[in-house]
Amino acid sequence: MCEACPIIDWADELPTIRSFTARKVAADMTDNIVWFDRYDRDKHKAFVGGKNSSLGEMMMAELPVPPGFAITTNAYEVMWSDAALVDDINELLRSIDHDDYAANIATAGQIRARIESVPIADAVVADITDAYAALCQHCGVDNLPVAVRSSATAEDLPDASFAGQQDTYLWIQGADSVVDHVRRCWSSLFTDRAIAYRHSMGYLHDSIAMSVGVQKMIDPVAAGVAFTLNPTNGDRSQVAIDSSWGLGEAVVSGEVTPDNFLVDKVLREVVKREISDKAIEYRLTDAGTVDKVEIETERRTSASVTDDQLIGIAMLARRSEKHYGCPQDVEWAVDRHLPEGENIVMLQSRPETVWSQKAVSPIRKNSGDVMESIVSTLVSPLHTKK
Amino acid sequence: MTEKRFPNPFEIQAPAGAEGWRELYPYSVTFSEERREYEENRFWFWDSMHWGTAMTPWDSHFFETAIATLSQMNSRHYRIPPADGIDFRVLNGYAYLSPVAVDPSKIEARVPEFMERAGHYFANWDSLYQSWLVKVKDSIGEIEALNFSPLPEMEELSIITEGTALGSGHRMLSDYNRFKDLIVQVWQYHFEFLNLGYAAYLDFFGFCKEAFPSIPDLGIAKMVAGVEVDLFRPNEELKLLAKKAIDLGIQRAFDDPENVNLASAAGIEWQAAWDEASDPWFNFTSGNGFYHFDEIWREHTAVPYAFIKDYIAKIEAGDDISRPIDAIQAERDRIVEEYRDLLATDEDREAFDGKLGLARTVFPYVENHNFYIEHWTMSVVWRKVRELGATLAKDGLLSADDDLLFLRLSEVDEVLWDYYTNWAVNAPTASKAHWAPTIERRRGIHQKLKGWQAPKALGEPPEVITEPFTIMLWGITTDSVSTWLGGDDDVEGVITGMAASPGTVEGLARLVFSPADVGEIQDGEILVAPITAPSWAPVFPKIQACVTDIGGMMSHAAIVCREYSVPAVTGTGFGTDKIKTGDRIRVDGSSGTVTILD
Repeated sequence: MCEACPIIDWADELPTIRSFTARKVAADMTDNIVWFDRYDRDKHKAFVGGKNSSLGEMMMAELPVPPGFAITTNAYEVMWSDAALVDDINELLRSIDHDDYAANIATAGQIRARIESVPIADAVVADITDAYAALCQHCGVDNLPVAVRSSATAEDLPDASFAGQQDTYLWIQGADSVVDHVRRCWSSLFTDRAIAYRHSMGYLHDSIAMSVGVQKMIDPVAAGVAFTLNPTNGDRSQVAIDSSWGLGEAVVSGEVTPDNFLVDKVLREVVKREISDKAIEYRLTDAGTVDKVEIETERRTSASVTDDQLIGIAMLARRSEKHYGCPQDVEWAVDRHLPEGENIVMLQSRPETVWSQKAVSPIRKNSGDVMESIVSTLVSPLHTKK
Repeated sequence: MTEKRFPNPFEIQAPAGAEGWRELYPYSVTFSEERREYEENRFWFWDSMHWGTAMTPWDSHFFETAIATLSQMNSRHYRIPPADGIDFRVLNGYAYLSPVAVDPSKIEARVPEFMERAGHYFANWDSLYQSWLVKVKDSIGEIEALNFSPLPEMEELSIITEGTALGSGHRMLSDYNRFKDLIVQVWQYHFEFLNLGYAAYLDFFGFCKEAFPSIPDLGIAKMVAGVEVDLFRPNEELKLLAKKAIDLGIQRAFDDPENVNLASAAGIEWQAAWDEASDPWFNFTSGNGFYHFDEIWREHTAVPYAFIKDYIAKIEAGDDISRPIDAIQAERDRIVEEYRDLLATDEDREAFDGKLGLARTVFPYVENHNFYIEHWTMSVVWRKVRELGATLAKDGLLSADDDLLFLRLSEVDEVLWDYYTNWAVNAPTASKAHWAPTIERRRGIHQKLKGWQAPKALGEPPEVITEPFTIMLWGITTDSVSTWLGGDDDVEGVITGMAASPGTVEGLARLVFSPADVGEIQDGEILVAPITAPSWAPVFPKIQACVTDIGGMMSHAAIVCREYSVPAVTGTGFGTDKIKTGDRIRVDGSSGTVTILD
């Protein structure tokens, strides 16, 4: 145990965990389930985590987000009402020596195995099962394939995603499997990296709770990210788009060099395109698994999105930027089965951080005085650039 | 690359058989030993945008007049702080320009002078522009009223009964002098507003480039451009006439534009509509107004009739050929609103509103002057030149109607003096035999000069180009000069220029060097030309894209291409050298590149 860091002493902080039960989500859904299409920031944000609240916001802004629901932190909290579980986890945490990295991987594994072995409360299982059934019905598909994503809440921490080491499970089918993966999302708070990160940052292990998102799985032809400004010069009239074949994981993880585009968001034109050699993609297989496969020769060096799709992605990113009132970093995908023109979906939108943090100041001093400004334009050869 | 320089104008030889070319032009516009040091150490570029081929003396006179009046406004009227005039020379019959910068130590002192003078114009723009329209139309009327008809056998009786005493010979001399005056007068009007208009536009342009470093030039142009512009009127009138031909059931009369028979009652009705539109709108040249050979729609009806034929075919095919004014207006408003919305601060929005407001105030002039001067006025001017030439040939002063074109204006004074005095005496004139060998020789020289390939530039490459009008109008920047110098360093098969109108297409190239060849363009081809003129507008619905050698964001090609949503790359420098008719090329009007595919 780390004597120098009493702040991570789980046992001392248990009451904080238990106090979560005092907070209830609105009764119109259930304590455990918040539908994205009825998301209410004031009521729900604290209980669904950053990622889910963002999906809810997007859906309420009528951005094309795949339908789904959040399993609230209330469900996660119910798990901790098992006193034996709390004792066991605390014991394992205390046994950690933060200098012995290899051993801690094993310890973290034990913690997760212990969490995943806990039976989930019947009421929680029933809520998840009902919600999944409703989603299947909504989409008109039995055993609807869904993505199950962790969504950590850490209201006071600026970097919750790191502190939570969020996991995503794709192509999950059937209520039992959904429940099983919900538990895995909960346990993902205790990967060795997450534990070490909280330790190094001095965060309490119970300062984070876990919500889980369940969302209709889409089958992307291509996917990627979009910034609502030009990252090289901060120009807000452009959208930078990275794109590759298959699921977005290949782009996000950096396993391929994506195609790179710049789209003028006002004139709605693709102004720059760099097509790269894309060796692999993540694909959904007929067997219902996600596989990493090599891309056949002719497709490797072809553009992974059409110009019309690029304009569509840029317009969606712009809508998101307008909704949030600041530049956004957006994850998107082009679905294989939806009709052209309606096949671009948004998976995530979060504030852009690099340029947005620069101090905002007017372009020129006294630029309101037209004559002085004309003189300065004529005298200083700005336009010699071209 | 820095070691490279352009050819020394003093080392350039005349083409064989054209050695005496200097006699066609005033001595003051040729490179001369007296100012050799000044001339050798300057940068000169060939203005192929306006003067793409060798000039006759009269062509050159309009070149000299235009550049002098432009310069005068910069240097003497408005005191543009960093820019005096643009110096001009003729070399082997071709027009070369060299921007004259103000000594940096004197710029500051000119600022208050500029602010007072330009400020007055900006503050009173609309009323001054209204007066301008009156002045120009009055001048055109005055030119039209000049009388160059043959001198009469006997004066009208009214000269006697009214006791005026002033005869037709005197009137001819007087009208010729007035003609020369009026030419310089209307060209001063041409530049009365233009340089200031560009300055206001450049200010808005610079602001947008700072706010949005990657904003394309055409994004800025679209915010400023007018929706209903006089320059587009001639083309709109053709569309109306095409529709009228269909309504009257005479559309088949235009199947052969060279032989259109309008003898029927319906034809006469259509002719009346044509006549109504043609003054002023078909005082519209298929060139740029600067050359004697430019064909004017009113006089060369085959050109507009061919366009009418195309429009008839489109209407019959069910195409909507009207300009969607409301949609264009809505799109312009949307673009403005979006850029405005993306600005970071309210202070920026305020500055944006002010600058855009001024740019839009000045822009009707910038867009319309071209119709009023280059098209309308110059159509009338050339008609008068032809009228005078025909009279001099008819009365035996010169041999042929177009002999006049090969005399300098001061020489024409001498011919008219011969004409007047010997008409008065009723005795033989001496001009025909006197000028015949000269005109014959000059015709030969001019013919040789037309075959000469003028270098893009001469002299010392500039470190940096700052003269705003050179950049704005001619599209000549520090970058493009480097490209000219390092032309051989380019990527094989890739030509770069200005991204003038967005979109990417592939197709077959069609090179067009003169307005007469415009008719060769087939549907779906890519037009490749040294420069295009607004009167080519009706071919833009036919072509897939356009590539020009020269031209900036305000060049005719750029404006027309944006208007017709045709991808364009302008100012490539070498486009017509490197591309051949029938080449398969890709034009990327968003990035400004042209790729020769095969």
